[in-house]
Amino acid sequence: MSRANAQRRAARRGVLPGFGLTFGITTTYLTLIVLIPIAGLVLRAAGLGPLGVWQVISAPRALAAFRVSFVIAALATLANMPIGLLLAWTMVRYRFPGRRMLDALVDLPLALPTSVAGVALTALYVDDGWLGGPLAALGLKIAFTPLGIWVALLFVGLPYVVRTVQPVLMELDRRTEEAALTLGARPGQVFARVVLPPLLPALLAGAGLAFARAVGEYGSVIFIAGNRPGVSEIVPLLIVGKLEQYDYAAAAALGATMLLAALLILLALSAVQSRAVRLWMRTVAA
Amino acid sequence: MKMRTLGLAILAIGLLGSTVVRAEVTLLNVSYDPTRELYADINKAFAADWKAKTGEAITIRSSHGGSGAQARAVIDGLEADVVTLALQPDIDAIAERAHLLPTDWQSRLPNHSVPYTSTILFVVRKGNPKGIHDWGDLLKPGVQVITPNPKTSGGARWNYLAAWGYALKQPGGTPEKAKAFVRDLFSHVPILDSGARGATITFARRNQGDVLLAWEDDANLAVRELGEGKLEIVAPSMSIQAEPVVALVDQVVAKHGTAKEAAAYLQYLYSPAAQEIDAKHFLRPTDKAVMARYAGQFPTITTFTVDEVFGSWKKVQAEQFGDGGVFDQIYQPVK
Repeated sequence: MSRANAQRRAARRGVLPGFGLTFGITTTYLTLIVLIPIAGLVLRAAGLGPLGVWQVISAPRALAAFRVSFVIAALATLANMPIGLLLAWTMVRYRFPGRRMLDALVDLPLALPTSVAGVALTALYVDDGWLGGPLAALGLKIAFTPLGIWVALLFVGLPYVVRTVQPVLMELDRRTEEAALTLGARPGQVFARVVLPPLLPALLAGAGLAFARAVGEYGSVIFIAGNRPGVSEIVPLLIVGKLEQYDYAAAAALGATMLLAALLILLALSAVQSRAVRLWMRTVAA
Repeated sequence: MKMRTLGLAILAIGLLGSTVVRAEVTLLNVSYDPTRELYADINKAFAADWKAKTGEAITIRSSHGGSGAQARAVIDGLEADVVTLALQPDIDAIAERAHLLPTDWQSRLPNHSVPYTSTILFVVRKGNPKGIHDWGDLLKPGVQVITPNPKTSGGARWNYLAAWGYALKQPGGTPEKAKAFVRDLFSHVPILDSGARGATITFARRNQGDVLLAWEDDANLAVRELGEGKLEIVAPSMSIQAEPVVALVDQVVAKHGTAKEAAAYLQYLYSPAAQEIDAKHFLRPTDKAVMARYAGQFPTITTFTVDEVFGSWKKVQAEQFGDGGVFDQIYQPVK
């Protein structure tokens, strides 16, 4: 009886003692590292006044850049989700020579300085590059077009999807799948109703990380994009342009707007995340 | 026992060494990107010269980056004893926003604080297959021009102004015609790199475009390092005189106690020895005797200055490159 009570108390309070202390450290640290810099950014932008901020962010060139940044980041993330899931699946479920090597390769985009990635990707995808040549023959231009931005963002976003899905996939009990198969489910049904549901939250979380990273990406994109205003100019480049004119306030206004938009998207994603499984099951059943 | 003596001796030498190091003056020169090799040479030469004249050792460190970014770093607290930047407005910004030097800084050194100049030339593929000889040829159908974005690159502003000045100085040239010329020119620009080095790589390494607009020193570097036998330089009939500027940062040298050394360093930039180094790096010396000696490597071009054509940098900055300025008007998002 008393043991059960103690267990319940431990469960409520968690393993580590001192909620006050840990919470204090959490808030202080987050304030110092994240909140104060962002507050500084917002404060700089506030110097313009609401009308001034609106003028900066609603200029045709800024609107076009927002569209380029967010749409291409979203498209790259959407592409990274199934591919990332497939990669994680292959590395968790199969044993083959060179698996560890492959596993390490996935992290490479995180370790590489992004400008190096940009230069390398550009060299690869220009008209006389290894991949760009054959693709150009097919009439597909990648370097110096919005498609080039998409390729760069695929590259930087991939590890986030793979690395969030992988541990959850490792924890999945294969016996459930076997049970489903013996009960007469087709492989497609097993995947949709047994395998995917527990992976969905992790997949969405990974997608959120990949998207956040892609929206703010600068180094790799500017080399491959061609940077034509309205076509392949991203918001971070526009911000650099403002800074170059010593227009700190306008740069801050663009930065803060970007941050706000990204924050809203991430919040929406995490709200969906908790309901995703139920929603998915209902869709599959229908 | 012996070991201890040895240890003490090492300690003593170490202490001595550290006091010597502390007595040595160090200057920080905050400069722009393509001057990396130039100042490596000048710094060495100045240190030797200073040692010979005063017997004091001196170390000059240089920091390089985009001219505007370097100016912002100084405004935000990078303690530069001297600044040597690509554009007058960048040093103006340091004077006006951070008050680290007086706003009349340009009158304190010879030749408006311009120790060396440069100009904007064309780099084309070997054999000049598109037949590009002057600014007008850039507008021929099918010609692609590589130049960085003037809003993010100081160097690109010189390119833009050179084209504008050329059009304006043609018979019957008016600001409207110049604007039309530059608008047409930018419709031939398929890629806008964010900086001059990026544009050079796009042209020389990625084989994009038919002609690169570049500073004379960068053009020579590109031909030498990136495309020997594959690229050649074309001098247009007329171009702009690019004037990099240098200045002492009063507040910083007062704090460091380096006023004497920093002033001597800037004066040294005008000496024949330093002017020779400029010429070797394809920057045009302002010293007439040195320039005459190296005349062979600098093609003769009619040049005009920003002040002659546009009045002043302040005016250019606001009219051409400010938000809603001429560049924004001619480079609107393509529908």
